[in-house]
Amino acid sequence: MTLRRCLQRLTPYLFLTPAMVVTGLILVYPVTYGIGLSFFSWPLREFSKPPKFVGWGNYLELAGNEYFYTSVKVTLIFIGGIMVCELLVGLILALLLEDKMRGLRVFRTIFILPIMIAPVVVGVVWRFLYDPTYGMINYLLGLVGIEPKMWLSDPSLALVSIILTDIWQWTPFVFLILLAGLQGIPQELIEAGKVDGANYFQNLIHIKLPQIRSIMGVTAILRLTDAFRGLEVMYVMTFGGPGMSTQILSLHMYKTAFIGQRLGLASAVGVVLLFFMLLSLLPLLLRRASPR
Amino acid sequence: MTNWKTRRVVAKFLRYMAVGIAAVLSLFPIFVMVTTSFKTRVEAFSIPPVWFFVPTLENYIEVLFTKNFLRYFINSVIVGFSTTVLSVMIGALSAYALARFKFIGKRVVVASTLLLRMVPPVILVIPMFILWNKVGLGSSRAGLIIAYIGLTLPFNVWLLRAFIDEIPVEIEESAMIDGCSEIQVFPAIVLPLIKPALAVASVFTFRTAWNEFIISLVLSNRYTRTLPVAISLYLTEVGIEWGQITAIAVIIAIPAFFFTFVAAKDLIRGLTAGAVKG
Repeated sequence: MTLRRCLQRLTPYLFLTPAMVVTGLILVYPVTYGIGLSFFSWPLREFSKPPKFVGWGNYLELAGNEYFYTSVKVTLIFIGGIMVCELLVGLILALLLEDKMRGLRVFRTIFILPIMIAPVVVGVVWRFLYDPTYGMINYLLGLVGIEPKMWLSDPSLALVSIILTDIWQWTPFVFLILLAGLQGIPQELIEAGKVDGANYFQNLIHIKLPQIRSIMGVTAILRLTDAFRGLEVMYVMTFGGPGMSTQILSLHMYKTAFIGQRLGLASAVGVVLLFFMLLSLLPLLLRRASPR
Repeated sequence: MTNWKTRRVVAKFLRYMAVGIAAVLSLFPIFVMVTTSFKTRVEAFSIPPVWFFVPTLENYIEVLFTKNFLRYFINSVIVGFSTTVLSVMIGALSAYALARFKFIGKRVVVASTLLLRMVPPVILVIPMFILWNKVGLGSSRAGLIIAYIGLTLPFNVWLLRAFIDEIPVEIEESAMIDGCSEIQVFPAIVLPLIKPALAVASVFTFRTAWNEFIISLVLSNRYTRTLPVAISLYLTEVGIEWGQITAIAVIIAIPAFFFTFVAAKDLIRGLTAGAVKG
């Protein structure tokens, strides 16, 4: 075999190697290590000593831990809240804007801004807005006669406040994707509906919505997986408090590791988180696997 | 007749109103952030809020020079640019291989690209903290850059591969007939053709590296930390200095403003391409 032939055969592998090495070392190995660590007990103060194998011990402990269940509950409420609101508002906005409008470009540029800004910054700014004394929200509410509220220190309000912040940042994202989807519907279908005498709402329910069903599904899954990973906003705005009212699972994992100082237990929480994420990805993966 | 016309006018008016309100809501927090950063301490803390004031740079000067944030700014810049250059380059190489070559295990690699995109940084935090410290990368910028490259690579590979797929193979084939070797084809022919995709990939990579918080929190010390970590530490002090902290926030947000106003259309295309193509 000539050298040229040999190189030809090897070229794809040459091109792929850097990426494979990087991904393997930086993503695959740590994740596997993290999963493995969940079967050990490793308190941070004993970092220099090797971790102790405890089998399913960490998981059993989580199963009996009320803080863990609270965190799961908070996470589910958070995700339910943001998904329903973001998809609904995003859809309504997309339907409102899908016909040609003057200044559409300007609006789209404005709507992409919240998405691009760092979640930490979003958290800081909204913490200022929610400030009971100096924040704009209580001030503006005061102008219409509503009493000031302790948005971030009232256990019954804190989670709602964080949900609102997330809605502010991500509804534009949902809107932009659904808008692209609506604009991609072939005109003939809509015309055919009009010819058959459909009014706006019939058009909407029977033609448009079914056409964008898969896009809505993908958007929902994207938001779902993003919501599981996000913890910056909560870290900056409430750090899980007051009490545990905003301690979503990812923040719970972080606090277990670096405040509770229990790396093994935290890894177990991480595995649970990973499990939930994979669960939410399931519809997407199944659809790809089945031939259309 | 008139009824029909007025209904359409009212509908149009309501539509513009609704969108207008949405736009105002989107911009309002950002407006508050920017204006507060240019206020004096007294103005920043006054209720009712001061709408008309003389802008001052005192917060920015205080924060960058007295409080050492220039160091954090430089760290963010170094980490941001290094990650972007390296991650996009490696991603392009990989994307080309996946788009053009047939080989064993190709399906698996393509599928894993999608899956790896979804890895949440939180899951990586504990293992990275342990492993990076074990090899001595625990508090270094290089360690952070390496972590970010891993984080951003799957997305870049996925995005660039989709673009390379669109380019007809004939261009490369004719180049090879003219004497170009298989390895030369990539930098000479393919890369220039996918410039827009490289730009979009660079923007998203830079944005991830610049905005990222939790991994930087865990992998940096007071000399190497980046801006997002620095701002969070500023928050936990008693009695938050809103004028100064919004100044830092604005600095962190500058790339976001820049990319949005320069490249909004392409960013939207990049974002929606994934969802719409499916």
